[in-house]
Amino acid sequence: MTGAGPARPLVRGGRLLSLVALSGLLLASAAGTGDVPAPPAAPNEAQRQPPRTLTVASKKFTEAVILGEIARAVIAASGIGAEHQAELGGTRVLFNALQRGAIDLYPEYTGTIRQEILRAEKLASDAELETALAARGIAMSPPLGFNNTYAIGMRPELARRLDIRTISDLRAHPHLRIGLTNEFLHRGDGWPSLKQRYDLPQTDVRGLDHDLAYRALAAGEIDVMDFYATDAEIADYGFAVLIDDEGHFPEYQALYLYRAELEQRAPAAIAALARLAGRFDAERIRALNARVKIGGESERAVAADFLASSLALDVPVEETSWITRLRVRTGEHILLVTLALAAGILVAVPLGVLAFRRPRTRHVILGLVGVIQTIPSLALLVFMIPLLGIYAPPAIAALFLYSLLPIVRNTHAGLEAIPPPIEESAAALGLSSRERLLRIELPLAAPAILAGIKTSAVITIGFATLGALIGAGGYGQPILTGIRLDDYGLILEGAVPAAGLALLTQGLFDGLERLIVPRGLRLRRTS
Amino acid sequence: MIALQGVQKAFGGQVVVDAVDLEVAAGETLILIGPSGCGKSTLLRLILGLLAPDRGRICFDGEDLTPRTHRAVRRRCGYVIQDGGLFPHMTAGENVTLMARQMKWTRSRTAARLAELVALTAFPDDGLARYPVELSGGQRQRVALMRALMLDPDVLLLDEPLGALDPMVRYELQADLRAIFRRLNKTTVLVTHDLAEALYFGDRITLMREGKIIQDGPPRELREAPREAFVSRFFTAQRGHRDAWEAT
Repeated sequence: MTGAGPARPLVRGGRLLSLVALSGLLLASAAGTGDVPAPPAAPNEAQRQPPRTLTVASKKFTEAVILGEIARAVIAASGIGAEHQAELGGTRVLFNALQRGAIDLYPEYTGTIRQEILRAEKLASDAELETALAARGIAMSPPLGFNNTYAIGMRPELARRLDIRTISDLRAHPHLRIGLTNEFLHRGDGWPSLKQRYDLPQTDVRGLDHDLAYRALAAGEIDVMDFYATDAEIADYGFAVLIDDEGHFPEYQALYLYRAELEQRAPAAIAALARLAGRFDAERIRALNARVKIGGESERAVAADFLASSLALDVPVEETSWITRLRVRTGEHILLVTLALAAGILVAVPLGVLAFRRPRTRHVILGLVGVIQTIPSLALLVFMIPLLGIYAPPAIAALFLYSLLPIVRNTHAGLEAIPPPIEESAAALGLSSRERLLRIELPLAAPAILAGIKTSAVITIGFATLGALIGAGGYGQPILTGIRLDDYGLILEGAVPAAGLALLTQGLFDGLERLIVPRGLRLRRTS
Repeated sequence: MIALQGVQKAFGGQVVVDAVDLEVAAGETLILIGPSGCGKSTLLRLILGLLAPDRGRICFDGEDLTPRTHRAVRRRCGYVIQDGGLFPHMTAGENVTLMARQMKWTRSRTAARLAELVALTAFPDDGLARYPVELSGGQRQRVALMRALMLDPDVLLLDEPLGALDPMVRYELQADLRAIFRRLNKTTVLVTHDLAEALYFGDRITLMREGKIIQDGPPRELREAPREAFVSRFFTAQRGHRDAWEAT
């Protein structure tokens, strides 16, 4: 053939249908892992298994991370492999993860179990906790020896000026601005029952990140907040703690919750946890918190120090280097984005084609992907947890949903923009509708489709930082830790590579455009 | 070869083709002429099955045109439109050989046919590797003609193929096109609104107005025995340059 090579279609022949089928399968399998908690393994089966690495998890505040780190180290010292998933989420996320076996143990407080997790069972005392938990396949370690109750506090000057000493005194000052931890704002033993018990009149009540709330209180942006009694900041800032004069807050004895099957599967780990019983008091844990939050030491180093001094355990402290952390997080982040975007392309391009080919479906398809985009990202992540658990899968599913809109819209718009004479010529040649799609329509819409994918990729890279909230890792992890520790360096450690990756992706797609967009179309743009 | 019986087509209540009966014999060149919007282009689209008639029958080579026969009929027709309708993402050569590749012709057969067409349309050989945007208007129409002729169709349907060209190019291409028609001797339907062009190409002229065929016959018959006043008005309304000179 003289000088006429075959045109290069975007997607070759019979593959399009199989792509659609595959993406459907992906969705189906994602949905299929549904809301069925993993059944606790039968004991005899568990005994036959070699002890695998245990997963310790912690909530996203400093004391929890320290306790998680201590548990990891003490278990590792007993000869069982253990890893720590720090800052995995809030109470509900962790308890559910424990119940379904995604994690093996995490530090918790008796008051939280009774008033929040098992609130529906209306347990009369901590003594009934053990039976109630056992019914769920969960056991408690002996208490660690300190009570980290909730407390309500203010700036001391303001408390003095308004003569507020007890929580009851707040009743006389309805205009005080209250900032509460998001979890405290809604949980059973939190603001709703506190407000009822003390008949508090304040209406300016907002939810804040706990670490940011301390800064807001110090800066005078809020007047009242909730403390954890062992928070290092209380002493550091010199805040006033109001007396719980009606005894609203219960005891919050710290301990570890673990899967009951560990007693057969890893008895040494349970024994190791028991060694921590009564090793703490309020003063001691407050000092550990302060070393991390105010002294800037790592949780890992503080935990190792504690174990050396109280249990005479020599725990190696392997601090990962900056470059290793960057490498690991880059890998995690790219994995999240790539999987989500790949699934997004596989589903969105066929959807855009369908909207173009069957105009009646257009409103439904474009409307649906538009609505998905309006779901707040945090909410979407949380909706995914009951379906897909924690870690990467729910984050990938949420990112996948967000990636759809730009690709569907651009695919549809790119196809719609093909001039009618071109469409007519293709039909008049006697090409079948499938041949027209692959030979003519998709190649002509390629620049628009590619632009949609590029937009989607850049947006997804940004959104993926939120994945850290449910343990998906990535660049969001240092940002999250940085916010908790008020450490701008850490925040930048996540934010800068995320921005860099977005720029790099943009460049990559510009290069890809040269490869994929037919030359005849690029010429038109320059001329 | 082509037969229309009582064919009717309306767009949103507006009748564009109104009870048209028309037969085109094999090897005949028919010129469809009439003012803009008279339905002549719509008639071509109906013949190709790009539009479905609201009423009436269309037969192609003795067989009814149905959605099932569309593709077979289209492959036996070559279709050229005003701006060529070339695919901008393919080179001239790729545009011409698209259907041959789709039908899995051998490389040598495709190349031989392409060489024939290049010679027939006097298209520059090095132009085959160019993209449509890199070609002149006249060259684009030559490529469109080659594409239409690639599968050696029985029927050529041309919708104002020279309408968008400037006069010099148009003059030259008219001569080439007439020579090609004479040589190929295919059933041809050419749509134009230009009387001079119609007379130059056709041995049979079909004049349309508002969706209806007003008169159909050899050019001389239309001129000398107009069936109604509109026919003579249409003939006199086309000012030749001789009239223009006289008016100065």
